[in-house]
Amino acid sequence: MEAVFLSFVFMLTIFLGFELISKVPSTLHTPLMSGSNAISGITLIGALATLKTEHTNFAIILGTLAVIFATINVVGGYAVTNRMLEMFKKKDKGGAK
Amino acid sequence: MSSVQIGINFAYIISAIMFIIGLKMLSSPATARRGNLLSALGMLLAIVVTLFAQGLDYKWIVLGVVIGSVIGLITAYKVAMTSMPEMVALFNGFGGLSSLLVAWAEYYQYPDMSIFIATVAALSVFIGGVTFSGSMVAFGKLNGSIPSKAVIFKGQHLINAAFLLIIIVATGLFAVDAAATYWVFLVIVVIALAFGVTSVIPIGGADMPVVISLLNSYSGLAACAAGFVISNNILIVAGALVGASGIILTKIMCKAMNRSLANVLFSGFGSTTHAAGGDGPQGEIKPASAEDVYYILEAADSVAFVPGYGLAVAQAQHVTKELGDLLEANGTEVMYAIHPVAGRMPGHMNVLLAEANVPYDQLVEMDDINPRMDSIDVCVVIGANDVVNPAAIQDENSPIYGMPIIETFRAKTVIVLKRSMNPGFAGIQNALFFAENTRMYFGDAKASLQALVAEFKSGN
Repeated sequence: MEAVFLSFVFMLTIFLGFELISKVPSTLHTPLMSGSNAISGITLIGALATLKTEHTNFAIILGTLAVIFATINVVGGYAVTNRMLEMFKKKDKGGAK
Repeated sequence: MSSVQIGINFAYIISAIMFIIGLKMLSSPATARRGNLLSALGMLLAIVVTLFAQGLDYKWIVLGVVIGSVIGLITAYKVAMTSMPEMVALFNGFGGLSSLLVAWAEYYQYPDMSIFIATVAALSVFIGGVTFSGSMVAFGKLNGSIPSKAVIFKGQHLINAAFLLIIIVATGLFAVDAAATYWVFLVIVVIALAFGVTSVIPIGGADMPVVISLLNSYSGLAACAAGFVISNNILIVAGALVGASGIILTKIMCKAMNRSLANVLFSGFGSTTHAAGGDGPQGEIKPASAEDVYYILEAADSVAFVPGYGLAVAQAQHVTKELGDLLEANGTEVMYAIHPVAGRMPGHMNVLLAEANVPYDQLVEMDDINPRMDSIDVCVVIGANDVVNPAAIQDENSPIYGMPIIETFRAKTVIVLKRSMNPGFAGIQNALFFAENTRMYFGDAKASLQALVAEFKSGN
């Protein structure tokens, strides 16, 4: 039953995603991509959950690596997106760096 | 479910809301930055509440998070804006790898999986693996460590088809009896990684915008599959949002090239010299010196810059903006016309010009510039080629026929900044270069523009 429930959530979110992002000006394609890329680092939550106290050495290695890579994805992704978006200015405010 | 778990799951709902609103805000320049921060906050919330779960081993978590944050922050702040496509590809690949590892760790600890869980675990490994190795190949192509042109080898489609078949069979075997088939799991890992390489390597440099958007979508779907494996809603919701946004971007990119996704992925476009051969448009080209170009620009009422990948290679965004400012001071209307697939990732040119402080309201999209092209005095094409090739409209036999272009040939005068007469990525000669109203201004884009800036400064 849980599989059905999770699939429902998945299906609805896909449709929501299409509606949400169907009209993005091309100016913002790169930030949208790197910003959504950062969100895909959500797998970090999964990585954290695999690092339990009763574990074997190999599981620790896998889990820690997963945490490292996902964190790079999340932190780097948001930081670089923010850096990009800082640069987007309107004309009246532009000029001063 | 314990009350702690229920609390955690309620917090995930709030995170999901923040992701959704954040993404919504990312679609308008005025709110984009706050949108990104909101989504980051949602992520932080999800991470913090996850740490309240029982039985977690914090020392490894802290170690991983610290290492990952340091690497992520340093690279994010050090990378040059021109290298943004590589950066996105790299981060994307790491996300995919992480999803693969999560599924592996989960399987390693609880090998006794149900058919459903085993299937999604195999999917998570497959999509995650393809995302990782595919992104690494894209990364290599973008930063030049792998030849960026399409690499075609014999039996490519056969090999890819065989890989897919193995994956399907292996997933079936694995799903039926996960606990006893560790070796099958490992086969899936290896084939997924190999498939990522063989499916991205035949795709040429100028098709990278499509590939990057597609890999972006995969990384979301991989996270989604990982979410099914550990029955976690927030992974499914966030992953599906990213998957959907990546698919939309991919669609936009394909449309901008008038090609189907299948054509981009499987045709190895631009890999051979078959296209148009040597008997493309011929004629007399009219080279111009910096002084000639200066006089043309000086007298113009409206100037549209049309940047392409060459601008990124030459790092010419700042000097372009400087020239634009001088023109504006001279009373000329200045705009920057940007083709959706100019550069190596969606919106590449917009980011570079934004870095050079060009206000975003001066950036004009293709569909807005074309209707008024006849009234524009001068188009300055900087390192763009195929996206301004009139063959896309005029020559039915051209491989790029039907692709929407920025119709610079209709402007009163076109100045093309170009290193040499080599044809562009698609290997097609460009009739624009031979047109009556075109002047070729040869040289490195940055040096050429600097010479123009110098002319303006001494002329005033």
